[in-house]
Amino acid sequence: MQVQERVKRFIVENFYVADPEELTADTSLLTGGYVDSTGMLEVVQFLEEEYRLEVADQEMVPANLETIARIAAFVARKAGAPPGA
Amino acid sequence: MCGVAGCVALQPALAAPSLDGVRAMVGALRHRGPDEFGLYRDARAALGHARLSIIDLATGQQPLCNEDGSLWIVFNGEIFNYLELREELLALGHRFRTRSDTEVIVHAWEAWGERALGRFNGQFALALWDAPRQTLVLARDRLGVRPLYLAEQDGRLWFASEVKALFAGAPALARELDPAGLAETFTFWTPVAPQTVFRGIRELEPGHVRVVSPLGVTDRPFWTPSYPERREEVRPGTLDELAGQVRAALERAVRLRMLRADVPVGCYLSGGLDSSLVAALGRQVQGGRFCTFSVRFESAELDETPYQRELVARIGSDHRELVVARRDVAEAFPAVVAHAERPLLRTGPAPLFLLSGLVRQAGVKVVLTGEGADELFGGYDLFREGKVRRFWGRQPASTCRPRLLERLYPYLARSPVAQRAMAQEFFGRGRERWDEPGFAHQPRWRAAAALQRLFDPGFREEAQRLDVVARLLGSLPGPFRRWSPLAQDQYLEVRTLLSGYLLASQGDRMLMGHSVEGRFPFLDTEVMDLACALPDAAKLRGLDEKHVLKRAGLGLVPDRILARTKQPYRAPDAVSFTGPDAPPWVGDVLSGEAVGRAGVFQPRAVERLYRKCLDGEGRGPLSNADNMALVGVLSTGLLHEALLRRPPQAGAPLEFRTVVDRLAAPAGAGARGDACRSRSG
Repeated sequence: MQVQERVKRFIVENFYVADPEELTADTSLLTGGYVDSTGMLEVVQFLEEEYRLEVADQEMVPANLETIARIAAFVARKAGAPPGA
Repeated sequence: MCGVAGCVALQPALAAPSLDGVRAMVGALRHRGPDEFGLYRDARAALGHARLSIIDLATGQQPLCNEDGSLWIVFNGEIFNYLELREELLALGHRFRTRSDTEVIVHAWEAWGERALGRFNGQFALALWDAPRQTLVLARDRLGVRPLYLAEQDGRLWFASEVKALFAGAPALARELDPAGLAETFTFWTPVAPQTVFRGIRELEPGHVRVVSPLGVTDRPFWTPSYPERREEVRPGTLDELAGQVRAALERAVRLRMLRADVPVGCYLSGGLDSSLVAALGRQVQGGRFCTFSVRFESAELDETPYQRELVARIGSDHRELVVARRDVAEAFPAVVAHAERPLLRTGPAPLFLLSGLVRQAGVKVVLTGEGADELFGGYDLFREGKVRRFWGRQPASTCRPRLLERLYPYLARSPVAQRAMAQEFFGRGRERWDEPGFAHQPRWRAAAALQRLFDPGFREEAQRLDVVARLLGSLPGPFRRWSPLAQDQYLEVRTLLSGYLLASQGDRMLMGHSVEGRFPFLDTEVMDLACALPDAAKLRGLDEKHVLKRAGLGLVPDRILARTKQPYRAPDAVSFTGPDAPPWVGDVLSGEAVGRAGVFQPRAVERLYRKCLDGEGRGPLSNADNMALVGVLSTGLLHEALLRRPPQAGAPLEFRTVVDRLAAPAGAGARGDACRSRSG
């Protein structure tokens, strides 16, 4: 499954979204009220388990996690990066 | 303390209100006043009353009238300064037949009209019927300690202490949830009067008087909160002088509430500063047996037992404790929601419902509590958070200023950098608008409003047609912007959470559910006026909350209680409903069928939420959002089942001790036509 699709499914399930249609790749998860600061930790845990990657503290910023598109790009960067980068 | 109800025909051509209708209304309120029941009726109006006898046990029956039987009253609450007002009214030539505070209201109204309401130091909801003028007056105390709801249909107006009585008296009223009321609940944690969660039903605003006469309807405030607009209006004095004034005012407030009762008065004790102050002062008034009551929690994280016991040891009260487990919260919750008559985002009311049961068992009818101190003296984290966020907002690029958040929430300092970054994102959002009304409340309102994503799309569209935050901020009093930021935050906190949730869902309704009256010394008019006039620095000194109150408690309350940081009162939330011992109704209320029937939430979304909460069982605490979501969905479902889905159930018939039926034949069976003798039961 495409990363974007998989992440979206996780967001819809885990944050009980009534209308998945309204959630696009560029919807802001934080300001849109889907994910709060605690919820973002749940997103990170999901990414670490699902894609077997480690998210460093300094990477947990809105620039990487604000939208589904950004999350997918972040996952792609992490997957392409050499270990330990 | 009681329940009031009534019906008025707004057009002369309509038939007289039915006695059975008003009997049914009183029947729905019997828990509020199980001691005696009374009725009044004429061609246009009917009044009903359920009495919890506290003052003037022998002759205080209601409805009650003036000397010539033209002005009738039903009244819920207390006027604590009634003896002083009575003296004044006697000097003006008024004659009294009873020793009750109710009769003082009647004469005060005759003497002073609407100005009388501003002179009452008390907690009340009342209805006055001026028969010759065909005029109904409805009024509620400053902060709305006592409830009053209204509905109008086909030329008739119904009013009652609780919504269930409106449904009982007017079965033709629609019983539907109002999307705007739900939008407010899932933003402010409560609908804000006059909005309710029921379509077509309004709540009389706190501090308002509504006059319904053949000339039309007026609804205006008889009191509005007032904070200093200029430096000269701030109460002068050193901190110690101010603390002395606060203590003296609080002493008088407690004394008035202890002594103006013809039954024993007890006290709630949470273990925090506010109730400890009240209990210690109450002890000074009550030398004999003085009962105190506390909730304890099985969960150590929520429990405050050591502080409660330390105060009990200091004052030597006759103390009772109730240990509340999550199972108890779940079992009580359906009754809690039926009494609260609105969705809840927290289970906090449940332990207090159970506690009032313990009070009743102990034979106590009245308790003092510390409610109101946090709002009036600046006790909440929200006030401190607002101060830090405004400070940051003035230099939005600063990296030092947001570190102050860690002083507020020490867990942040111990958290990974990541969580700090996210928390800064959360608290920092919109900080450039630090000067706007509602700034301090935005994070909390946003967090609750985010849960509207659970709404069914159709329902949500209707709910969001109205911007409830804009409506609230558009209804602020004129001087609001001239008040200090702290005063602005206090005003909003009082208007939303105190009046709509703490005094209602967690206060009046949970106490009256077991026929117990709460009295709130911090809401005394003198204490409140003083608190509003204090300099901000006396309340929030740096980031030290309720500073002046702690000083006022020196030597009165154990030092350990003065020194402790404020612990927000919380009960076990979602976890009460997800464990293996959760009651079976939880699954029923969350089922797709029930959720669809209630029409508020999208069944699939609720299923996702429920599954997440069940899966999370044993995996550490759920987030605040998940907790609020589950409790909100469950309580909305319970509300729908209890009040809306089925027509109200009539209980066993009541025996009415006072019946004044002016339409009855002169020798009518059991009815006493002579108004003024009606009270001799």
